[in-house]
Amino acid sequence: MDVTTLTIHAAKESLDKGEMTSVELTQGVLDRIDTVEPQVQAFITRTSEEALARAAEADGMRKRGEGGALCGIPLGIKDVICTKGIRTTAGSKIIENFVPPYDASVMGKLYAQGAVCVGKLSMDEFAMGSGNENCAFGTPHNPWSLEHICGGSSGGSAASVAAGQCLASLGSDTGGSIRQPASHCGVVGIKPTYGRVSRFGLLAFASSLDQIGPLTRDVTDAAIMLNCLGGHDPKDSTSSRAEHEDYTTGLISGMKGLTIGVPSEYFGAGLAPEVDKVIRNGIAVLQDAGAEVKEISLPHTEYGVAAYYIIAPAEASSNLARYDGIRYTHRDMDADSLLDVYRCSRSQGFGKEVKRRILLGTYALSSGYYDAYYKKASQVRTLIVEDYRNAFKECDVIVSPVTPTPAWKIGEKDSDPLSVYLSDLLTIPANLAGVPGMSVPCGFSPDGLPIGMQLQAAHFAEKTLLQTGFNLEQGLGIQGKRPPL
Amino acid sequence: MSVSRADVEKIASLARLELSPAEMDVMAREMDTILGYVAKLDEIDGTNIKPTTHVLDIENSFRDDVVKPSLSQEEALANGPDQNGEAFVVPRII
Repeated sequence: MDVTTLTIHAAKESLDKGEMTSVELTQGVLDRIDTVEPQVQAFITRTSEEALARAAEADGMRKRGEGGALCGIPLGIKDVICTKGIRTTAGSKIIENFVPPYDASVMGKLYAQGAVCVGKLSMDEFAMGSGNENCAFGTPHNPWSLEHICGGSSGGSAASVAAGQCLASLGSDTGGSIRQPASHCGVVGIKPTYGRVSRFGLLAFASSLDQIGPLTRDVTDAAIMLNCLGGHDPKDSTSSRAEHEDYTTGLISGMKGLTIGVPSEYFGAGLAPEVDKVIRNGIAVLQDAGAEVKEISLPHTEYGVAAYYIIAPAEASSNLARYDGIRYTHRDMDADSLLDVYRCSRSQGFGKEVKRRILLGTYALSSGYYDAYYKKASQVRTLIVEDYRNAFKECDVIVSPVTPTPAWKIGEKDSDPLSVYLSDLLTIPANLAGVPGMSVPCGFSPDGLPIGMQLQAAHFAEKTLLQTGFNLEQGLGIQGKRPPL
Repeated sequence: MSVSRADVEKIASLARLELSPAEMDVMAREMDTILGYVAKLDEIDGTNIKPTTHVLDIENSFRDDVVKPSLSQEEALANGPDQNGEAFVVPRII
């Protein structure tokens, strides 16, 4: 058993045949974490004992013929998703010691199938960042090149899957936080349609944009994970009642009858030539599989980042008001007035990027600026929604790069927050419109850094994403390639 | 428009954050750069464009009002930095 290349579906087959137990598999994964964690630093909290106990339970479930497709499978969870009895920090000092008294709905679904959680994964503080360099507990390293970022904000979720520290993971995506690290770490990542997966128990960043999704080693695993995660949840009033499908039925060989749209705006100035080359090759692979290729236009793409950096901070400034030093956060015990409790506890607990976004959001919503910023950004959002509506009249799936460049070096952009924001240019529009997006490994830069292809489809057309991703994967044949750790 | 240190001080107070004078200078400069970029939105004429705040057509989402188990007082208080077993303790307000 090689846990660094094992997929969920291969592990399930092996577990079903009795070739190994979940306890053996989980122990193998825990050993791998021991070996590579000093270099990768993907975890904030490890839960080895709980994992082995759950693995033993899963072995019991399997013997009794119970459990689902994830029975006995070791997974990692982004530390922004509440796990009952296991501390959940969101990468922030302000809730460094927060132990949730309940499980997020997605955790309930994973546990019901018999999944095993091996730990909580590193992330940018409150999911605000693109390099996982804003985590209060350290920056994880890209398994393909340790001096590079893993991407963010779900950096630990992508790095751990790439490094063999879990078979798959959960991340969250508000402006690209699943797709971008998946691309930088050479794994598959899906941001489902807004409302497809319950957000109950996800620590909120920007509630109209946030969505939980899986990061996996191949496209088949992504379908299996999505099967478990999706569906309506009465505890999340924004969760959709749209039919929850069997996503594995989207894993069809061949692209005949499907049109892929190539948006000219995603291939503009600023796109690194090595990324362009890899993505063009991916498009050719899809064409060979029978897809029709069509140039399309998403004319308001260039306004996405500006709209996002009003809307997301505005929502965040409101959502993060709950971290007040009273109920579950760090408190400055020397503060002697209520106002000082708020001010001092928040100032000590939040990191710089989080403060910057709270201030930006507060500014944008403050009296006199609302129309110029928040209202205008929400109108631009309408134009972006219309861009997609028009595009999907002409094509079934939009293909593009995930990011304009491969991963940057850790620390390289420390003094330039705007350039980090702009790196999310190609992933932000999907969140603004709520459409599903996916990153699938597509190739490597000459330096050996992974480059992913982004796929986007209409609301609830995840099956089209999976079919396209599946054909790309089959055509390229690079999914077994793992980092030289 | 440019963001001054006084602007940062005002919004920090609204957001219940306290920044050192040095932090305020850096923040003013960075916010000015970011909002300078965001001014790109002015290129769009917003007349007759309806704002989007939610992307799905979900109307009011109701469920039956059925009493179900919820957190115990002990569980709800467990993460409080200062609590007396019955309530969160805060500095005297009135």
